[in-house]
Amino acid sequence: MISRIYIKPTRKDSRGDLYQKSFNNLDLTGKVTSVELVDSYTIDAKLSKTELANIAQALTNKRIESSSINTLPPSGNFSFICEIGFMPGVTDNVAHTTMEEIVDTIKRPFTPGEAVYTSRLFFIAGTVSESDVKKIAYSLHNQLIERFNIIKKSSIKNNELSTIVPSVKLAKKVPVIEVALSVSDDELIKIGKEGIFDKESNTRRGPLALDLASMKIIQEYFHKLKRNPTDIELESLAQTWSEHCKHTIFANSIDDIKDGLYKTYIKGATNKIRKEKGDNDFCISVFSDNAGGIVFDKDHIITHKVETHNSPSALDPFGGAITGIVGVNRDTIGFGLGAKPVGNTFGFCFGNPDDTRPLYRDKNLTQKMLPPKRIIDGVIRGVNVGGNCSGIPTVSGFARYDDRFRAKPLVFVGTVGLSPRKINGKLAHEKNAQSGDYIVIVGGKVGADGIHGATFSSVAMDSSSPATAVQIGDPITQKKLSDAIVKEARNLGLYTSITDNGAGGISCSVAEMAKECGGCVVDIEKVPLKYEGLTPWQIWISESQERMTLSVPKNKWKEFNALMESRGVLAVRIGEFNNSKDCVVKHNGKVIMKMAMDFLHNGLPTRSLVSELTPKNLSEPKLPTNINVTDSLLALLRSGNIGGFAWISEQYDHEVQAGSVIKPQSGPGRVNTDAQVIRPLLSSTKGVVLSTGLYPSYSDIDTYHMAGSAIDTAIRNAIACGASMDNLAILDNFCWCSSYDKSRLAELVLAVRACYDYAVGYGTPFISGKDSMFNDFRGYDKKGNPLSISIPPTLLISAIGVIPDINKAVTPEWKVAGDLVYVLGETHDELGASEYYKLLAGNDTTKIGTQVPRVNWQKNKKTYKALEKAIKTGVIASSLSISSGGIACALAKACTGSMLGADISIKKLPGTYTSGSNALFSESQGRVLVTVAKKNKSLFEKMMKGIACANIGAVSKGSTLIVKDKNGKKIIDTNIDKLYQNYHSFSSKMSPLGDLPEVENKI
Amino acid sequence: MKKKIPKIIIMSGYGLNCEEETQFAFNNAGGKADIVHINDLIKSPKLLSTYDVLVFPGGFSYGDDTGSGKAYANKFKNHLAQELQDFVNRDTLTIGICNGFQIITNLGLLPGGLMHNSSGQYIDRWVDLKVVGHSPWLGKMKTISLPIAHGEGRYVIDEGEYKDMKKKRQVAFQYTKGTLCKFQNLKDNPNGAMYDIAGVLGYDGRVLGMMPHPERAMFSHHRPDFQLQKEILKRKSGKIKQIPTDGEGIILFKNAINYFK
Repeated sequence: MISRIYIKPTRKDSRGDLYQKSFNNLDLTGKVTSVELVDSYTIDAKLSKTELANIAQALTNKRIESSSINTLPPSGNFSFICEIGFMPGVTDNVAHTTMEEIVDTIKRPFTPGEAVYTSRLFFIAGTVSESDVKKIAYSLHNQLIERFNIIKKSSIKNNELSTIVPSVKLAKKVPVIEVALSVSDDELIKIGKEGIFDKESNTRRGPLALDLASMKIIQEYFHKLKRNPTDIELESLAQTWSEHCKHTIFANSIDDIKDGLYKTYIKGATNKIRKEKGDNDFCISVFSDNAGGIVFDKDHIITHKVETHNSPSALDPFGGAITGIVGVNRDTIGFGLGAKPVGNTFGFCFGNPDDTRPLYRDKNLTQKMLPPKRIIDGVIRGVNVGGNCSGIPTVSGFARYDDRFRAKPLVFVGTVGLSPRKINGKLAHEKNAQSGDYIVIVGGKVGADGIHGATFSSVAMDSSSPATAVQIGDPITQKKLSDAIVKEARNLGLYTSITDNGAGGISCSVAEMAKECGGCVVDIEKVPLKYEGLTPWQIWISESQERMTLSVPKNKWKEFNALMESRGVLAVRIGEFNNSKDCVVKHNGKVIMKMAMDFLHNGLPTRSLVSELTPKNLSEPKLPTNINVTDSLLALLRSGNIGGFAWISEQYDHEVQAGSVIKPQSGPGRVNTDAQVIRPLLSSTKGVVLSTGLYPSYSDIDTYHMAGSAIDTAIRNAIACGASMDNLAILDNFCWCSSYDKSRLAELVLAVRACYDYAVGYGTPFISGKDSMFNDFRGYDKKGNPLSISIPPTLLISAIGVIPDINKAVTPEWKVAGDLVYVLGETHDELGASEYYKLLAGNDTTKIGTQVPRVNWQKNKKTYKALEKAIKTGVIASSLSISSGGIACALAKACTGSMLGADISIKKLPGTYTSGSNALFSESQGRVLVTVAKKNKSLFEKMMKGIACANIGAVSKGSTLIVKDKNGKKIIDTNIDKLYQNYHSFSSKMSPLGDLPEVENKI
Repeated sequence: MKKKIPKIIIMSGYGLNCEEETQFAFNNAGGKADIVHINDLIKSPKLLSTYDVLVFPGGFSYGDDTGSGKAYANKFKNHLAQELQDFVNRDTLTIGICNGFQIITNLGLLPGGLMHNSSGQYIDRWVDLKVVGHSPWLGKMKTISLPIAHGEGRYVIDEGEYKDMKKKRQVAFQYTKGTLCKFQNLKDNPNGAMYDIAGVLGYDGRVLGMMPHPERAMFSHHRPDFQLQKEILKRKSGKIKQIPTDGEGIILFKNAINYFK
């Protein structure tokens, strides 16, 4: 029986007005005069009239809503209804909750096949045509995951709508097939690239991302076994050997670097630093686990992990981003025996929001890529819902814009966790699944979502990118799971090991954990499914979300299962860990996969990579003859790369858990901070500092210095707010493009070398890292001409440190008029690929200059140590790390944040710069803008002895920012009002509110 | 029936997420707070009668699906309706913070309802509040500044009901333009709430529902103007002096504890 319940607000619903406004911006032929929203619950279940009425009552808050059953609710004058619902099989979180409410109301469980489907109806009034409503529908839905239905008022009969039940109906299939591998190399290549041929559907199943060399090794392995592999065996190998899981580019030898980039330079740096630190080594768990862990205090570990979720976010920005953030939360829950997530971080690299050029994935122009604005809105909302719903503060983040992030945005998501160092007397970061333990899956059920996610992100995006690679996270299912594990089961010692189900699903998590004891056997039919009809290989590699794999000792199972049940968390035994040296999967008792653990994990052939640097043809931009520094400054402040992003910060809950110390925005003018501080343990005054650094544009000139600058900036940002040089760790996230291209590889080698040099120089170990090596798009323009877009090679460095006293932390904005302004560090003519030069170069991307900042870590380290000491003694009133946009933008931000002016002269500014504008816009690294109370002048200057440091002026009571050059000529002359307006203008443009974020008066 | 240290029960489960810091605040204020999962209370409903203060903390119960606070309230109603009624009829205190406020309006403990913010956006910022109600929770407070973080915080009420509430001093807080709005140049009412209502009272002031989060203002460093105040204080004292660690938010918790003294 199919019934529909409609819920409609009885009071004015502000969302209607907002939709009306956005619809009228869609270039319609008519005009929308009003929009009303109605929620629809389609219930496919056997229910009595009374039950249905009770359910409707439960779904209605009578104070603000009314309901109707099967008939449409009374509505004003409308011409169309536009209904947006999900496609079959797409995660519908609201339906999930509704089902729980119904079950609790009618006091009986749903029988198989019974289900709820939600959709939203937009009642649209006005002079709109059907094609207008179609346009509206396209603005409301994403065709990969959602469906729409347009209903003309005149077509409605009996005040009822026809009902669509988007249930999944999968054709019954042969569960397991053999794949013949005694075939030509061409066929092997085809299998590796396009997937296993499926006779029943006459199609290939989607990319395995296995190259010929890998296919040959697999062929040989099964040849020796004298049999063909089954589909599940081949799919399993594809997952485990994927670039996403094995990081082959970082693992393989390259040129004369025999041990590969990761071992030699990243891990190599950490090993060297830890050795040098000796007793002061603060690393606890590095690279071996889902996240990296360092010492917080004698009883606690703090962890950090940063992930990317780029490819899925390009297709379904909301689903991709929410899956990313809740996914990286699981890396925290899966650290050691489980850490509690205490902070989320984000980083977005987007295309230009004004860019509306249509791009297509296919030649026939049927698969249109989403424009940057849609991607931006969806990604931001995804991280919003993921973080906010999970009760994890989103404390730290950034956004950058470049046309080359148009097709593949970069979506960085990170999570900081807190764990005791010991649990029940055992080290909490160590875990070992024991032979004989049950393999237990907790959390969500499995559907076809996310199949081939790991292999998908290991190739460039084109028309064959599978739509099912997109999953939608369910933060509440995960929150229940997280609380039950981290707050209860962990401390009761109910399991011996735990890991996250991310890329590759259980095929990767179970096989990975089986390494701890030496083997496993899985009964695949025991895995709980969302719907019938999935074949074993699909179940094995599905990336359905919110699942973790645990090893539960047999004598703990009862207690574990009872606890999970009482917390509303699904827990299922799917097999046993053993020491058989094999990874075995059975289907209804029949072995369908049996592979040696050794082959599964270590069989992947190594290949030697060769790199070769291509020289770049770049030149200096043509400098205008009459440089107006003030105008350039204001233009830079208006850009998304420098201006504030209040519109993002304010919609993320950064104060939940009550540990907020340095917030995403600071001061009366709400300048975005470059580093944030949280207090993860309320009983302690210790804090955690978080910061980031990245300079994608510098890669256009030199990736070695790009990486050096990213590291220096992340460290400087943290130090500037109070972190300690001796207690700072870093994380690397490489997002590269066309990584098999020799020249790109050469750029990678340079960047990784810089990572080693600067990490070792600064003594900041890498504790965790991740790479995403194929951020390329191959598609078509609106005329069907092929086109490709690759991102600029990007390295995100995230820093995490522990500070002993949160009350000592310092924010970037000025504090008190009369305070003296100092610049620490030297300024040189280093404007290559700077925000200023990019502004001057405009569309001519070859004229971005040639001199990127070069980091002198020896000098900078001294500066940072001196600053650290000064902050500890309390003489620093404000401290702002100088980065993109140089001193000019730093001054503007300090003024905007405080709403105070400043009188500045660069006469004494140290460095080799050759002009006033160069001095002000150079992005030389190692510099910090600080203020000091007059009375602390000599104390401060004594502390800075031997360090490039100059008093360049003072904070003023007035409302102007004046900067004079060497000759005493005013080169910046502006006021706080202008700085504030320009700094926040990008954010207000992007804000759905359409004006300055939440500000009442113009200043 | 008054005793020295009240027993406080803080509800958890299904996506409520502010229980730990709320527990910390109550304990810091001198109480003894337990976090109890709703399913554990459903299993032992009599447990509720052993407590003096019932807390529905902030969070995202059931992800706000089907309407904020609704599903959690339904579960509570389906299993614990009588126990709840008995509890509020005793000389006890109840508070619902943010999502907890949404839950207790859905439970029918308080008048009015909470709808989507007029901006259509989730927002995290600080607000200034005028304390207008009469309640053990509020004590002698006149004003207080606290953070909000919500997407559905627009309080709505009928005019008649509002007039009645006003008369009975059942409006707890109203958004106002105070120190922090002036400091950060923000408008007073962040969500379009009717009559600027940020919190309401029921049961002679013993039941309080509020959108702002007092537990997120229990330390002085929580405040957005902390850094400036810190600098001003440093200059006054001549050298770095101990900065007071308590924030305004803790008063609310202390008031509740004091009610039982």
